[in-house]
Amino acid sequence: MRNKCAEVIKKIKKDPYMCAGVIITVIILLMIVVGLFWMPYEPTKMSASEKLKGISFKHIMGTDNMGRDVFSRVMYGSRVTFLIALGTVFIGAFMGTLIGALTGYYGGLFDEITMRVIDAMFAFPSILLALVIVSVFGTGWIQLLFSLGIAFIPSFARIVRGEVLRCRNTDYVESAKLQGVSDVRMIFVHILPNIKGVLASSILIGFNNAVLAEAGLSYLGVGSQPPYASLGKMLSDAQQYMFTTPSYCLCPGLVIVLMVLGFSFLGEGIRRWE
Amino acid sequence: MGVILDVTDLHIEFHDHGFPEVAVEDFDLMLEEGEIVGIVGESGSGKSMSALAIAGLLSRHSITKTGRIMFNGDDLLTCDRKTLRSYQGDEISMIFQEPMTSLNPVKRIGWQVEESLFIHHPDIDKKKRKEMAIEMMLAVGLSDAENIYHMYPHELSGGMRQRVMIAAAMIGNPKILIADEPTTALDVTVQAQIVELLKKINKERGTSIIFISHDLSLVNQLCERVIVMQKGNIVESGATERVFGAPQDIYTKKLIAAIPKIDIGN
Amino acid sequence: MKYIIKKVISMIITLVVVSLCVFLAFSIIPGDPALKKLGTEASPELIAQTREQMGLNDPVIVRYFRWFTAFLHGDMGKSYNYSVPVSGMILNKIPITLTMAIMSFLLTIIVSIPMGIITAKHEGGVLDRVVTVINQIIMAVPPFFSGILITFIFGMVFKLFTPGGFVSYSDDFAGFVGYLVFPSIAVALPKIAMTVKMLRGSVIDEAKKDYTRTAYSRGNNTNGVLYRHVLKNALIPVITFLGMLLADMIAGSIVIEQVFGIPGISRILLTSISNRDYPVVEAIIMGIAMIVIVTNLLVDIIYRIVDPRIGIEE
Repeated sequence: MRNKCAEVIKKIKKDPYMCAGVIITVIILLMIVVGLFWMPYEPTKMSASEKLKGISFKHIMGTDNMGRDVFSRVMYGSRVTFLIALGTVFIGAFMGTLIGALTGYYGGLFDEITMRVIDAMFAFPSILLALVIVSVFGTGWIQLLFSLGIAFIPSFARIVRGEVLRCRNTDYVESAKLQGVSDVRMIFVHILPNIKGVLASSILIGFNNAVLAEAGLSYLGVGSQPPYASLGKMLSDAQQYMFTTPSYCLCPGLVIVLMVLGFSFLGEGIRRWE
Repeated sequence: MGVILDVTDLHIEFHDHGFPEVAVEDFDLMLEEGEIVGIVGESGSGKSMSALAIAGLLSRHSITKTGRIMFNGDDLLTCDRKTLRSYQGDEISMIFQEPMTSLNPVKRIGWQVEESLFIHHPDIDKKKRKEMAIEMMLAVGLSDAENIYHMYPHELSGGMRQRVMIAAAMIGNPKILIADEPTTALDVTVQAQIVELLKKINKERGTSIIFISHDLSLVNQLCERVIVMQKGNIVESGATERVFGAPQDIYTKKLIAAIPKIDIGN
Repeated sequence: MKYIIKKVISMIITLVVVSLCVFLAFSIIPGDPALKKLGTEASPELIAQTREQMGLNDPVIVRYFRWFTAFLHGDMGKSYNYSVPVSGMILNKIPITLTMAIMSFLLTIIVSIPMGIITAKHEGGVLDRVVTVINQIIMAVPPFFSGILITFIFGMVFKLFTPGGFVSYSDDFAGFVGYLVFPSIAVALPKIAMTVKMLRGSVIDEAKKDYTRTAYSRGNNTNGVLYRHVLKNALIPVITFLGMLLADMIAGSIVIEQVFGIPGISRILLTSISNRDYPVVEAIIMGIAMIVIVTNLLVDIIYRIVDPRIGIEE
């Protein structure tokens, strides 16, 4: 066991992408996890005397226009962004897989109708689709989570459907069918495990897209509501202070970049693993 | 008749997996003008590697080649790229095993047949090039040449595509045609037609042909001389009649014994 | 031709489905448009009368058909908030958003195709490795953040443009296009990175195929093989990708408009969403969907023209 761990670590060290991905992701996750228990300041605590301060020992990312500690807000905001992205991918991947597997496996009229709707949804870029759904549900982070989740269903459904269609005609599925395997068992035991590679990489890509979409939408002001922080909202507030207090704007921006970059380096590393 | 191609001590090594792997060892070949030489052997025997080396198509960094391939006073292994390219397609042409994938799927047939002319004889104008291409296509048995000229590879059958490959290879009237298993991917009836076509080209144009195959009966039909290869080495060579009639080497004997024979009644 | 007809029919079906989804989504939302229009102080009689006038008492399917046929005739209804025709509100904004999307698209093509080819040609070289890492980083930067950075660097530090100094296309077309250059860069940056990555992979895959060996055997040099043989094959999958990008760019433009203070579709869409001014939202969404769907059709047709294996005749 220990040997195996050592080997994995050695392999990670050898690939610069994997290495960078692991380091960045660990830093971000650490920031999120620590933020659950401890933050240097209350993220909503304002201070009239500490407005728009630059980077210092007291405030390692400076303060914002209301004297709030940017680092604490970033810790809180990255938690929100991370959870929404995670939830989005979960909803998208779960529902998408379910819909894709069923339509791909059964085909017929059900497939035809579902795919038409999926196609229609696919005509919108996911951020726009989420914006539309938000406008139906209303603003707020739970609404945002569901909107993004629904917006991510079509891409997963399409991918899974394509893979299921491909698998359905393979010899092992045919032979399992001849042995009288039930449909449910066929889909979940015989077909889905075969597409887990494709699914895993789409989940990784989907997560990054979800982070970017969440950030974009909260930048537009449809995410979590003030006074609570979200990285995108912080950026839109900070934009006008870019010239006077660059740290206020740059720090949350860089955290978004690092969050996405960590996972995309990980993905690249996994791709090169062999 | 003079020697047109002289290969001596050709040695090919791969370094893909960190250690050297020998693909061809001590390969010798003297090709006379207007001669058809067959190279036979099972897959992995190094026959295709040798052919690719002669055609100048083994140029990856992980391959080392030693020995000499003399053509027209140049050693094709050491001469500069420009000289090598000036021979490729014009003096030395090659056709391949997979006519399905060896043609560019998004270029018209005519364009591909003419390409060697376009590269080596830029002085020939477009109209003349087309004329020559059509003529060549007719010569290789593509009777509907005018139409085929404007078609794409996917619209043709395997046999027709191999004819297109031959037309493209022969348009510059090369001195040497290297045919690397040109019939393997084709139906038996088409195989015979392609072999007949190569024979005709050899007779009418005096092109020397290196014919690589694992099918001994085809080699027997076509070649005057044959080289038998196994695991990168030449195990036997000589006149086809002699090698097939009285094989010396054990491996050659095995190969010949493995040819399926058709016994008809008596 | 038959193929195109089939595609057009499928396009129309998709459009109808989109409109149905959009309309249904906005009719299940709680809230009374008549109340919204008149304000909470209106008398119940007046509300009932207005509801009748607005046709809100009809079944939803009747309302849908009325809305859809009106839409096809260019009548997009009236804004709840401003009581003016929606078409008047959005039609003169569309060129702004569309110009920006098209500029970003052209920028993406101009930059990424040469870059993709060069990196693929020198696969594994220093340039290739540097570009690959930069690509990964650029893809991780949300466009609005790069927009902010661009505003800061080029607008405030180098003063190459005036942030917030948007010029309308009807006043000064050159100035209008000039102002959109930097926003277009912000939209295009991640798309350029994606396209370079995609094209690079595609060229490298194609270069391994058998026909390149044939091309070399005819005396082609590396450039000859690359430009005369590989490139066209490698671009075919990229065409579909670029088509998807164009749609993405229209959405991307919406966020970037907000960053650079451009009064395009974005501002109306966002205010209408927060004001629950649904006729406006519906019209904008339908407009974007139409652009996207028509683009997809065009891409499909171009794809079939370029790739002779599929053919237009099927």
